[in-house]
Amino acid sequence: MSITEPAAHPLYLSPDYASTVLRAPSRGLLEFPADPEAMELTGPVFGEGEVTPGDADLTTGRNGDPIGERIVVTGRVLDAAGRPVRNTLVELWQANAAGRYDHPGDVHPAPIDPNFSGAGRALTDDAGEYRFVTIKPGPYPWRNHHNAWRPAHLHFSVFGTAFTQRLVTQMYFPGDPLFPFDPIMQSVRDEAARARMVSAFDWDTTVPEWALGFRFDIVLGRTPVEDA
Amino acid sequence: MSALPPTPSQTVGPYYSLGLPYAGDWEAVPEGTPGAVRMTGRVLDGAGAPVPDAVVEIWTGRPGGVRARGPEGSGFARCSTAPAGAYRLRFVPPAGPYVPVLVFARGLLKPVATRAYLADDPFLAAIPDGRGATLRATWTGDATLEFDVRLQGEGETVFFDYGTGG
Ligand SMILES: [Fe+2]
Repeated sequence: MSITEPAAHPLYLSPDYASTVLRAPSRGLLEFPADPEAMELTGPVFGEGEVTPGDADLTTGRNGDPIGERIVVTGRVLDAAGRPVRNTLVELWQANAAGRYDHPGDVHPAPIDPNFSGAGRALTDDAGEYRFVTIKPGPYPWRNHHNAWRPAHLHFSVFGTAFTQRLVTQMYFPGDPLFPFDPIMQSVRDEAARARMVSAFDWDTTVPEWALGFRFDIVLGRTPVEDA
Repeated sequence: MSALPPTPSQTVGPYYSLGLPYAGDWEAVPEGTPGAVRMTGRVLDGAGAPVPDAVVEIWTGRPGGVRARGPEGSGFARCSTAPAGAYRLRFVPPAGPYVPVLVFARGLLKPVATRAYLADDPFLAAIPDGRGATLRATWTGDATLEFDVRLQGEGETVFFDYGTGG
């Protein structure tokens, strides 16, 4: 049985996303050595102190309330067997409600929000669950092709328990009309796999009189030797 | 046990510096740690041009988290190549012959996974077409190493399959 889930992930070379053309490896990958002692099968271990309580709330910490639609984003980090990945670090970054990143490279003529940095982090709990409070990001234009717009998304970075599980992905919002036109989302060729990047609106996460809730579970890959 | 299909990988994009860098991120161990070395290098694209928006990460197997590091530091370090395509990392070499390396970038829809070998190793000699040499870091002093990552083309670095395919 193959260790790979190739249809679940983009190819390196996805020419509709122009930046892949000069950056995609061209020689084929080397099979991961079947060595149960390989360092890649371990990873950082996180404890108390890795995050401080305010880190998971992107709506506080500056002088005032950020503009936009307050949302709660929560979900579980799971391994391929469905087990919760506890105490793992989740890093998040995103555009503000107007679709603008607080980054010098972003020249989209939309306002910076002085009360929104767009960065947060959290540790998962004993159930593998993380929870962020943030602002729903806006879509934004990019210069990949004529009239190119990214669907609204959150950037997620997750560690897991092995270096081989390291994952950076993007979380999208349900029903976005930009999905079919986005080469980054469409770089994932399998429709069911694309759907796993789309969060679900959730009444149980929604806080009355305060914020809509979205659920986004993150499943990390099998480690090569688990399967060997 | 039935397997859950994985969440797909997506690029870090051009604005990762909002979320990924942190103070001292490039130092897996504090300055002055006995045995520490400094590895520097560049990430290069298929035209040989430096990639100024990549993130290089290493794991050297010491206990401890990422940002919350004890006095012995952490086994993990991360360095952005902005603005010139170059990175630096300080770490204590692990017991084994190599350091695992991951590179993320705009234009990489999933990271590339490689290894920086700090000494000759039979594993490198067994890689076809002499490409094992791309995994060999070069000692430039008693405690300094150079290791470039070529994403594509002439001298392309050997990358491993962590299970996400080519
Ligand atoms: Fe983005």
